[in-house]
Amino acid sequence: MPLTSSRSSTSVTQTASGVDWGTLRQDFPILSQLIHGHSLVYLDNAASSQKPNAVIEAIDHYYRHDNANVHRGVYTLSERATQAYEATRDKVQAFLNATEREEIIFVRGTTEAINLVAQSFARPRLKPCDEILISAMEHHSNIVPWQMVCEQTGAQLNVVPINDNAEIVLDDYRKLLNENTRLVAITHISNALGSINPVQEMIALAHEQSIPVLLDGAQAAPHLAVDVQALDCDFYALSSHKIYGPTGIGVLYGKRTWLDAMEPYQGGGDMISSVTFAKTEYNVLPYKFEAGTPNIAGVVGFGTALDYVSEIGLDNIAEREQQLLNYATQALLPLQGLRIIGTAKHKASIISFVLESAHPHDISTILDQQGVAIRAGHHCAMPVMDRFKVPATARASLAFYNNEDDIDRLAEGIKEVNRIFGGV
Amino acid sequence: MNQDLRELYQEVIIDHGRHPRNFKKLEDHSHSQEGYNPLCGDRLMLYLKVEKNRVIDAAFEGVGCAISMASASLMTSQIKGKTLEEIQQLFQAFHCLVTTPEPPASIQDCLGKLTVLGGVRDFPTRIKCATLAWHTMNAGLDSKIHEQAVSTESSTDLSEESSTGEGKEQPVER
Repeated sequence: MPLTSSRSSTSVTQTASGVDWGTLRQDFPILSQLIHGHSLVYLDNAASSQKPNAVIEAIDHYYRHDNANVHRGVYTLSERATQAYEATRDKVQAFLNATEREEIIFVRGTTEAINLVAQSFARPRLKPCDEILISAMEHHSNIVPWQMVCEQTGAQLNVVPINDNAEIVLDDYRKLLNENTRLVAITHISNALGSINPVQEMIALAHEQSIPVLLDGAQAAPHLAVDVQALDCDFYALSSHKIYGPTGIGVLYGKRTWLDAMEPYQGGGDMISSVTFAKTEYNVLPYKFEAGTPNIAGVVGFGTALDYVSEIGLDNIAEREQQLLNYATQALLPLQGLRIIGTAKHKASIISFVLESAHPHDISTILDQQGVAIRAGHHCAMPVMDRFKVPATARASLAFYNNEDDIDRLAEGIKEVNRIFGGV
Repeated sequence: MNQDLRELYQEVIIDHGRHPRNFKKLEDHSHSQEGYNPLCGDRLMLYLKVEKNRVIDAAFEGVGCAISMASASLMTSQIKGKTLEEIQQLFQAFHCLVTTPEPPASIQDCLGKLTVLGGVRDFPTRIKCATLAWHTMNAGLDSKIHEQAVSTESSTDLSEESSTGEGKEQPVER
């Protein structure tokens, strides 16, 4: 991997970190294609990131050479598959700085991780008049599982408001924590607004009242270094496909004390230690929560993705993305009729915006004709749209492989939208 | 601007998108129906005044992209004065216009100004924007279901637009 400190200082894509971002971009084969005759500018990384060659090759290699079921066979292939699968668990443990590898549960993605906690942790504990606390900037996957469990138990869902900059005000949050609150579930970074929430303080405040906290890390894990011990969160959920890994695989981190006390989420193979028709003994952690044949190739690819980002360094990635965010904000703000939705002081490289002249879908169609891929819509966060009184937003979300040229192309594309719709 | 875009965003569409006609609540309507595309958030409320099997007035309110607003604007203008049978024919012709790669010339005569929306056929993810108002109208005229909002994701009429891979948007993203 090209991590050099001796490259020419004239390279525009080189930062103080010494990482050659221009060369890293070449690791992503999908980016070197033409869309409608223009080179692809991919700015929908908050929805899903692209995959480096290393990840694609790891999945290919697994299926060509090592494919077998895990934890079962007494033969070479199964041992290789098991080893690769479990090696990723160690990598995730290191990536999140979890205390133990058994605290890392493989799931389909952040959505399944949150549903697991809702059903296996919250549901047996909730009584009518108990409360779950979320925020007004949550993704649907950190709203609906809690609504479902509240429906099942009679508990109540409370929502921390956000201010006009799309920030959680800690005083508002503090007021909503009370003796009935059984769980706080908050996004680490908002997918629709980019806000980085003050989760360290929020967790400390909840813990003062012995309230456990789940963090939705789907957006945060690719963009900043996560240390679950330093955060002291009780649960952390993330998805591989946002961290340059394959789709269909994700992680639930949970503190062992909670995971040990929880019932399994699903029953099946691998999650048992013995089964008779009279009684089943559940397997130990983490297998208790991994029923059935898992997404082995996905886990293998995810492990390679973690190696890839770890070699670049999350701090370097965060620094580069902040540079890009600043550049993009400066490039977009002067454009006629453009308003950025989500102006938190602490923000990741996500820019949601609306234009006076055109609806987000029209913006997206016109940009696509120029090879620029952005997201238009409600971003699976309809309450956020309601909060800011917009039906939808256009969203450009940047990854470290994006560059200043991509942002210039975005800005040019928006000018074209204005020309088509406003005659300007 | 390339040819496809020029075809999609014709002046008439930009004009109707920015200044939709019949954009108001019809107080003395006989039918009203909400239409909604949950995947993109386009939402409109359609009002119809039907007397003796004929639509004598039509109006709508709502939010959405230029295509959906222009489509609703043009549709409400076109259906005024037409019988329900004529409107069904218009619906079929419009559906053919936006989903058929090379629609027959005969439907052009029938559709009149509505043909400006034909460019949408080259943009599969946008076909539902153009058809939302039409499906809403169909549901509104069908008294069996006009109690609840018609959704682009549950209407059987729309499945044709999806089964060909056209008009299909996916609710992806976390």
